[in-house]
Amino acid sequence: MAEKNIITINGNDFAFEPGETILEVARRNFVDIPTLCHLKGAIPTGACRVCVVEVEDARSLLASCATPATDKMVVRTESKLVVDARRLIIQLLLSSGNHNCAVRGSDDSDWTRFQLNVQKDDHSDELCPVWGDCRLQDLAYQYQVSGDIFPSTGTKYPLEDVNPFVVRDFSRCILCGRCVQACNDIQVNNAINFGYRGADTKIIASGDRPLKDSDCVFCGECVQVCPVNALVEKDVRYQVRPWETIKTRTTCSYCGVGCQLELHVKNDQVVKVDGVDAAPNYASLCVKGRFGYHFINSPDRLTKPLIKENGEFREATWDEALDLVAKKFSEIKKNHGADSIGVLTSARISNEDNYIASKFTRAVLKTNNIDHCARL
Amino acid sequence: MTNTIACIEKSDVILVTGSNTTENHPVISSFMKRAVKFKDAKVILVDPRRVKLAEHAHKYLRQNLGTDVAWINGMIYVIINEGLYDKKFVEERTENFEELKKAVEKYKPDYVEQITGIPSRDLTESARMFANSKNGSIVYCMGITQHTTGTDNVKSLANLSMICGHLGKEGGGVNPLRGQNNVQGACDMGGLPNVFMAYQPVIDEAARKKLEEAWGVENLSPNPGLVVTEMIPKAHSGEVKAMYIIGENPLVSDADLGHVEESLKHLDFLVVQDIFLNETAQAADVVLPSACFAEKEGTFSNTERRVQRVRKAVNPPGQAKDDWWITCEIGTRMGYEMKYQNSEEIFEEIRKVTPSYAGITYDRIEKEGIHWPCPNIEHPGTPILHIGKFTRGKGVLHPIEYTPPAEQTDDEYPFYLTTGRLLYQYHSGTMTMKTEGLNDRAPGTYVEISPQDAAKLNLIDGEKVKVASRRGEIKADVKISDKASDGTVFLPFHFAEAAANRLTIGALDPLSKIPAFKVCAVNVSKS
Ligand code: SF4
Ligand code: SF4
Ligand code: FES
Repeated sequence: MAEKNIITINGNDFAFEPGETILEVARRNFVDIPTLCHLKGAIPTGACRVCVVEVEDARSLLASCATPATDKMVVRTESKLVVDARRLIIQLLLSSGNHNCAVRGSDDSDWTRFQLNVQKDDHSDELCPVWGDCRLQDLAYQYQVSGDIFPSTGTKYPLEDVNPFVVRDFSRCILCGRCVQACNDIQVNNAINFGYRGADTKIIASGDRPLKDSDCVFCGECVQVCPVNALVEKDVRYQVRPWETIKTRTTCSYCGVGCQLELHVKNDQVVKVDGVDAAPNYASLCVKGRFGYHFINSPDRLTKPLIKENGEFREATWDEALDLVAKKFSEIKKNHGADSIGVLTSARISNEDNYIASKFTRAVLKTNNIDHCARL
Repeated sequence: MTNTIACIEKSDVILVTGSNTTENHPVISSFMKRAVKFKDAKVILVDPRRVKLAEHAHKYLRQNLGTDVAWINGMIYVIINEGLYDKKFVEERTENFEELKKAVEKYKPDYVEQITGIPSRDLTESARMFANSKNGSIVYCMGITQHTTGTDNVKSLANLSMICGHLGKEGGGVNPLRGQNNVQGACDMGGLPNVFMAYQPVIDEAARKKLEEAWGVENLSPNPGLVVTEMIPKAHSGEVKAMYIIGENPLVSDADLGHVEESLKHLDFLVVQDIFLNETAQAADVVLPSACFAEKEGTFSNTERRVQRVRKAVNPPGQAKDDWWITCEIGTRMGYEMKYQNSEEIFEEIRKVTPSYAGITYDRIEKEGIHWPCPNIEHPGTPILHIGKFTRGKGVLHPIEYTPPAEQTDDEYPFYLTTGRLLYQYHSGTMTMKTEGLNDRAPGTYVEISPQDAAKLNLIDGEKVKVASRRGEIKADVKISDKASDGTVFLPFHFAEAAANRLTIGALDPLSKIPAFKVCAVNVSKS
């Protein structure tokens, strides 16, 4: 019998399968290791190094997301060495660009100058447009660091919002590369990648063009994975904070894949849609599922029953409309027979709705004249 | 689908045909593209248009419109002739092999090339690739079914899969991609004229008895009813007097649109129940406002037969109501009491009369949906069909002959027209066109034409042209594109103001009664 592989994390022994990373074993056993660039389903890049851990006998700290677990490995995930390293990384990230949320110390004149600069970029005097929905901010609180230790690096590239769906705010990008992986390794749309070099590095689409002129298909996978919301839905930026919304999981109503969605609702309106990490879509969506929700709250929605009189519709009460329909169907059935009525049910409505339509046709109308437009 | 969506990533050869997957099922296309990128899988794409997936495919075969049976038979010929078929599977699990072998005898690659335009070498290599794969999956969509030979096409694909032994295992299967969220469920629930829930035939007396008992009624009709493509002409001729249309917009989506419009006018009484006052609703006598998916509780069944929960996130606008509630009210007012507290109570009734759903409950699918058949509460569901055996015992191989499309081109109508969907729009557009961004990306109709054809007609990109068929004409902007092949133009069918379906032909597949949206003859001229 093969020996079991055992790794010791923070003094506890865990069995693991060969090939699993330290991070995977830890998460499976509810040991929290923070990550920024790690993306489930993609090949680890080890770019951000926030996930570093101390491994006995290793010369340096190792990125847990990219290091395979080995037998008898002894790991510490929150030692002083680890915490100091993480704090430094977070501080450096916070000082790169416009991270103007409350984690940046705000008592000195430096803050004022910084904030005024950011306001110019943002065309707004509010704090960060996505604060409250940022992994970097979470980590800054968790590790009690502020961003003003290092001088701000300033920003290099202007914001891009010349497409209908996504804002690309390079001033907040931490170059973790998750969006690149989402686009190339998860959706395989191959629209964006790292461009330029060194301090000039930027995430670019087709030779640094706006997304709308690239291969981008606006699936929004990159938006969903960006840990700092440097990529953010246009409808959400400044408008929606996560604590203002109620989230409901449901099934998408467009094609037959049946993607699992989370609808974010503010004031009884859907304002944002995320993919749920479960079968069948494992967090992915397409442009219709993610961005095509405006019909729900459209002013064109029908709100009252309508009855046509002399070629014109007038509003009616439910009782009036339903009585009329029942009376007419009964009459026509009586005079012309059950098979003179046809029902089209729908591939768009629920099983329950369809079942009732089917039962109504068979048991009440007494005909089998029922079909739907799936053939079309 | 006989298999699951996730299964696609486990195939080593994926044959995709009649599906513009990256635009119509983008999420599924990612499974294919990942299989190619990370698992060394190969994609064979057979499509009259050079769609985006071609960039990821190892073999791209462009067939002439409506010649699917010919190339599929051609592949089967190669596979049998070279002895590449799965002898054990054919022996143990299928019948009729000799008949199939005889029928495909004449489909030698050279002959097939004459019909389909697919170079014989490409066909042969692709056939070998598919037959030699470990888990070959076939994925198809409307490009296969929307022909007068749609049923033949589907059966031919099943033949191909069976002789290679690719059914009933992980990564294999014959997998139709459903275009709409709950086509599967609408069929499962008996939204079809010949069957009740779970495909129990209406002509089966035992099935009727069972339902009569469950519903407390007598005399359920033993006669199969009309399909939609028969209902419309019968509305025209006066045999159908009234229609109750729920959540559909046949006035944009139906083939030979002009005829549909006329026919609905002949009805004595038309009730439309929808979320918008769409084209069909405008023709109605009574319009009933319903709740949309985000406003209701219930279930959808996806293309892989997975029954999943739908949950209410917001309130319906104004007085809009659940579809089931509205229908129940009509039924009750017609003298048959239909009263339910909520959708779960209905689902509990569904379980009783739908054997394949019997084991599914709202509780069980709270976190993850279950694939039917799921006959009892302990059953885990059935992600992959036909493992070990087919429902009816042996799989029948059907010898199928190629028949040319219903309409041929001629001097007057020299181009073939095919229709389809765009990434940014959906069906008749009633939903997607409410999102400005989607309209911005796909603002209106166009006719896609090959650079050579455009040059022949002296057309420039963006100019307005007239596209005419024997049934009608529309105007559209020219879009010159390498996606199109010479002699064939493409129109998206979303846009009511220039509905592609004014041109398409009402000819139906004799069995499935699906209209031949995918081929008709047209003329393109400067307007
Ligand atoms: S845009 Fe977001 S996901 Fe992409 S590299 Fe920048 S921070 Fe990372
Ligand atoms: S929206 Fe989708 S296609 Fe566009 S860049 Fe992001 S991941 Fe790539
Ligand atoms: S999460 Fe491991 S290196 Fe970024």
